[in-house]
Amino acid sequence: MQQLWLIPALPFLGFLLNGIFGRKLPKSVVTLIAVASVLLSFGWVMKVFMTAGDLGATPVTEHYFTWIRSGQFQVGWDFTVDKLTMIMLMIVTGIGSLIHIYSIGYMAHEEGYYRFFAYLNLFMFFMLDLVLAANYLILFVGWEGVGLCSYLLIGFYFVKKSATTAGNKAFIVNRIGDFGFSLAMFLIVVNFGTLDFTQVFSAAPGKPTGTLTAIALLLLLGACGKSAQIPLYVWLPDAMEGPTPVSALIHAATMVTAGVYMCTRSAAIFTHAAVAMETVAIIGLATAVFAATIGLLQNDIKKVYAYSTVSQLGYMFLGVGVGAFSAGIWHLMTHAFFKALLFLGAGSVIHACHGEQDMRHMGGLWKYAKVTGVTLACASLAISGFPYTSGFFSKDAILGAAYAHAPWMYWVGVVTAGMTAFYVWRAFWMSFTGEYKGHGHPHESPWSMLGPLVVLAVLSLGGGFLFNVPKILDSMFPIAEGAENMNLTYISVAFGLIGIALSYYMYVVNTKVPERLAASLSGLYNLVYNKYFVDEIYDATVVNPVITGSTTVLWHGVDQGVIDGIVNGVGTESKSIGGVLKLLQSGNIRSYATWVVLGAVALLIVMGVTAMGWASGLGPAGVGR
Amino acid sequence: MPEALQAFNSGIPVSWYLILSAVLFALGVGGFMFRRNIITVFMCIELMLNAVNLSFVTFANQHKLVSGHIFTFFVMVVAAAEAAVGLAIILTVFKNRGTLNIDEIDSLKN
Repeated sequence: MQQLWLIPALPFLGFLLNGIFGRKLPKSVVTLIAVASVLLSFGWVMKVFMTAGDLGATPVTEHYFTWIRSGQFQVGWDFTVDKLTMIMLMIVTGIGSLIHIYSIGYMAHEEGYYRFFAYLNLFMFFMLDLVLAANYLILFVGWEGVGLCSYLLIGFYFVKKSATTAGNKAFIVNRIGDFGFSLAMFLIVVNFGTLDFTQVFSAAPGKPTGTLTAIALLLLLGACGKSAQIPLYVWLPDAMEGPTPVSALIHAATMVTAGVYMCTRSAAIFTHAAVAMETVAIIGLATAVFAATIGLLQNDIKKVYAYSTVSQLGYMFLGVGVGAFSAGIWHLMTHAFFKALLFLGAGSVIHACHGEQDMRHMGGLWKYAKVTGVTLACASLAISGFPYTSGFFSKDAILGAAYAHAPWMYWVGVVTAGMTAFYVWRAFWMSFTGEYKGHGHPHESPWSMLGPLVVLAVLSLGGGFLFNVPKILDSMFPIAEGAENMNLTYISVAFGLIGIALSYYMYVVNTKVPERLAASLSGLYNLVYNKYFVDEIYDATVVNPVITGSTTVLWHGVDQGVIDGIVNGVGTESKSIGGVLKLLQSGNIRSYATWVVLGAVALLIVMGVTAMGWASGLGPAGVGR
Repeated sequence: MPEALQAFNSGIPVSWYLILSAVLFALGVGGFMFRRNIITVFMCIELMLNAVNLSFVTFANQHKLVSGHIFTFFVMVVAAAEAAVGLAIILTVFKNRGTLNIDEIDSLKN
């Protein structure tokens, strides 16, 4: 036994301790519990990694107890670790630990310090449950749990109306995806009779394509909700209302990649459903381009990175969709490094500017926050695909696979890569060069925040060398044959460099260009600046009809009319019947006596009549005796 | 069978007992309905019970069945219990209201 249950149980213990006693505990103890529980969990992952042997050949599976038993159908509380899970475990606990440490500094002066760490630990518990799951239902428990924690943490500043609204939005949009996931699970139960991964995947090749396609598409709907893909991506940019470490951990590095993980885990189903695969690729690609264009014009530093996250998740789905599952997971990992770093760096920048998030009010931070600047530059290089940084390898693997699948996908992807480079460096130039345009005096962050930044910067630069995911996962997802096409690499690198150069020109050398461009293309500019009015379109086509329908039909009509009508009607009727009956209750004892006598007489008469009936042979024989 | 009982059995027709019982019962009902003093009403209830007892005993004797006697004992037990509770209630009512007139005790109205 590897005692895999300890991995999620440790953060859960931290959650219980901090959640129940946190209010009374001193800050240092809260910090110790929260951070130590995650670090121990990370340590246990390492221990499993060291001692479990060859995970590719023999995955570790542990059965704790049977959760649901109904006839032939059984769901056990089972955890399993294979190489894919191990990679996810390391990302989740590793990045999670760094972000917990970072939060010590970032949240130091916030209200509800213990509440924040309790939620964060709870999130770790559910996320680890999600990746350790050995069947779909356990995965779904984690899946819903991380959604809950996401909701709680987006709405962490619950006195702010916009934060609670954003939390609701995230939760509700995710419901749509979860609805798809549930249907997919029902279909799996009906067709396979089990939810267990190994049994489902070994039986998958024998099932009809139509069934597999339906399951895969419904799983994709779930993944679209969780991983913020078109058409359900709208919640993620709003989720930036939460504290920045949350944006880094949940809405960039781990939770939002759960959809990619789930699709990769279900590769056996997806590979036998070509239509679904094509859909995944197209949705991923469309999301990548679409979000990247919106990212070009955002002024809120966290919004830029949020749309960047949506766009990069699109890349991962592109990888999965073209069959390069391991490339998708590779990008998931490198993205976890550099996007967590971008968000944590953004947090440090916001910290430096006293809570300012609008990049137009930043500038010139290089002088004040060198460590933040250097680390952010590392992350920006990595996401731009600068040669030999981590993003370079993973993005290249995806784009190469896309080219092998359909060249046009490669070209769209490459253009997106150029835009990606442009907007992250635009954000960098706007905040770090020029003159400081904000209020107060900017300052560098404490070392509890900078330490994780440095570690992540190293990983962002060297992560591609250190962890060659496709090679690690070779036994699960064989690397596609075909010669390495270096030209493709050159082209994508060139696009990245052009993006960087263009942003340098427009935001450092000649800062008048963006304004002139915006003026000359004002129509397009407004369209993109307002995020293609997607939120407004959703409001008009979905949200408002639902609200109106609920108000007029369900509330005033069904609830107030029918349901309240029935309940109140029963009450009123009883009351009026009682109004008549209460006349009998005169309080006069002699009248009661009269009633009793009359009743007795009536009874006697009835009995007499019946007795005569029996006597004349009309009644039941033998009863009268 | 003892002689006295023999005489009781043979001498007087059953119908007489039953008529007596019916008369007693009717008196009870009449008093129950028309008297105003709560104690009189209470005594009328006792009268009715004992009228029924009389017919039970009569029939038991006539049919030579012991169940009628047993019923009588049951009725007597109930009557005793009822007397205890009823008299206690009457005492309390008199203490609180200063009256035994049944028409003035009407707080259960509506």
